[in-house]
Amino acid sequence: MTSIDRADGYVAAATPAARDRRRRRRIDPVRLLSTVLPPVLILAVLLIGWEVAVNVTGVRPQVLPTPSRVLSEGWGQREAIEMHTKATLQVTLVGFAFSLLVAWVIAVVVDFSGWLRRGVMPLLVASQTIPIVAIAPLMIIWFGFGLMPKVLVVALATFFPIAVGLVEGFNKADREASNLLRSMGAGRFTEFRYVRLPSAMPSFFTALRISITYAVVGAIFAEYVGAEKGLGIYMSMQKNAFRTDLVLAAVVVSAVLSIALYLVTFLVERLVIPWSFKERKARHAD
Amino acid sequence: MPTEQEQVTAVPRIEVRDLAKQFAVRGGVREVVDNVSFDVAPGEFVSVIGPSGCGKSTMFNILAGLETPTSGEVRVDGRDAIGHREHFAYMPQKDLLFPWRTIAENAALGLEVQGVPRRKARAQARELFPAFGLAGFEDSHPFELSGGMRQRAALLRTVVQGREILLLDEPFGALDSLTRIEMQNWLQGVWSDHSWTAVLITHDIREAVYLSDRVIVLSARPTRVRLDVRIDLERPRDLAVTTSAEFAAYEQQLIEVLHDESRKAFAQQQEGLAS
Ligand SMILES: Nc1ncnc2c1ncn2[C@@H]1O[C@H](COP(=O)(O)OP(=O)(O)OP(=O)(O)O)[C@@H](O)[C@H]1O
Ligand SMILES: [Mg+2]
Repeated sequence: MTSIDRADGYVAAATPAARDRRRRRRIDPVRLLSTVLPPVLILAVLLIGWEVAVNVTGVRPQVLPTPSRVLSEGWGQREAIEMHTKATLQVTLVGFAFSLLVAWVIAVVVDFSGWLRRGVMPLLVASQTIPIVAIAPLMIIWFGFGLMPKVLVVALATFFPIAVGLVEGFNKADREASNLLRSMGAGRFTEFRYVRLPSAMPSFFTALRISITYAVVGAIFAEYVGAEKGLGIYMSMQKNAFRTDLVLAAVVVSAVLSIALYLVTFLVERLVIPWSFKERKARHAD
Repeated sequence: MPTEQEQVTAVPRIEVRDLAKQFAVRGGVREVVDNVSFDVAPGEFVSVIGPSGCGKSTMFNILAGLETPTSGEVRVDGRDAIGHREHFAYMPQKDLLFPWRTIAENAALGLEVQGVPRRKARAQARELFPAFGLAGFEDSHPFELSGGMRQRAALLRTVVQGREILLLDEPFGALDSLTRIEMQNWLQGVWSDHSWTAVLITHDIREAVYLSDRVIVLSARPTRVRLDVRIDLERPRDLAVTTSAEFAAYEQQLIEVLHDESRKAFAQQQEGLAS
């Protein structure tokens, strides 16, 4: 059949494209360097400027310490800071895990029931208007100084973007794709599993990235209000002792923590939905 | 000369009788399908053409059991088929290949949904890849394929379900004209090899005449059957037939009716915009 021979023409035409793609993957290290270098350079320039400015003007370190002092004093306190960081990391991770659980449950339930969607979504929006400044101390009054109130603060600060990202992600599924699934004999649950769930994954990871940057801040805030250990309470103590350098050292650690968690989301995304990366790459290629 | 005629076979594979569909819309009802009747014999290839928005996809959704008609009957092999989804394999207007699945996984989707174990479903789908000109692309993702290949993969996903009847909703509408011609030739080949019963929606009169045993022309909305033409061209057909006088006569006959209906549909849309 000539038509099949023609079809083979595509095979020949498409294979070089695949080879191209493989070649592109090999130059990745160069691209990595070109994404890492600019922020590192800019940061270095800023830090040197800061160092020089403090030395020239002779500002007291209680007001503004030099970056080198922040680093050396922080390094001197590394054992204490490490202990507090671990506590903060624990609150962040447990809180974020709880937040994920809550967001998924809400999003899936809402996806299956239009009635609940209309009922629940306004409440979710309302929950985001609660000022955390006001609710965090109340949490401590209600739940004490343990893990619970901090987990709740982290969850409150982070679940909303995830839930909304998921709900909207589920709805990204093509109506016609749902029809296709139904024509194959799928019920609502199968449709969810085969279409709505995978369609939602890219927006889920976008939402995850946004909200994980709030997680560390949320944990620190909760600890700031009252805790036995954690970077939040550490900052609060050092501030009261006028150790601005150590406050800033803790800030650096929390920033590093946030960035690390942010990067981890890319890693997880790559493992969970490798196709999304390939698709994006394929789209940028042409 | 071709004439409008009734299908005369023992038991038609598909019988559509007085099918009507209205949608409730703001300020009343929108009549989309209005007393459509036709038959399709086993192994027959029937094309449906009609102006844009006349209700072709709606009719397919009813056949596929996705919508219920306001009135009328659909029978498959003599049995009531309204609301039944097991007879028709449906290929929608878009290819709807899922980017998170490889081509083989996409092709096996229907079988998996129907409860065939995953490995068995994929093995079954893989067997068809050579015939669909997709050998070697089993583990590619849809975004790595050309438009024509994606369309063939979507058709593979449709036929592998092993249903009695194929419903193809403008499968080649999004392709450039050269690729489309290749796909038409190819479809004709696989269709005659497999003796499928197929109903094809298309806007392309040439495509309809070239591929079909019969062409049904639908009127503007609310749609009814304007013309039902048997295409008596010898099979297998090749491109040479498209330049024959008979072919031109069929095209001429269809184009006159279709343009008449398209004008009405267009006027309707203008009114709709004005009001
Ligand atoms: N659920 C619905 N509610 C209201 N109106 C609808 C609904 N579904 C379809 N329609 C209307 O029915 C008409 C026919 O739609 P349909 O998709 O069947 O047309 P079509 O013939 O397939 O068009 P095209 O050739 O552009 O694909 C359109 O006017 C559309 O607005
Ligand atoms: Mg349509």
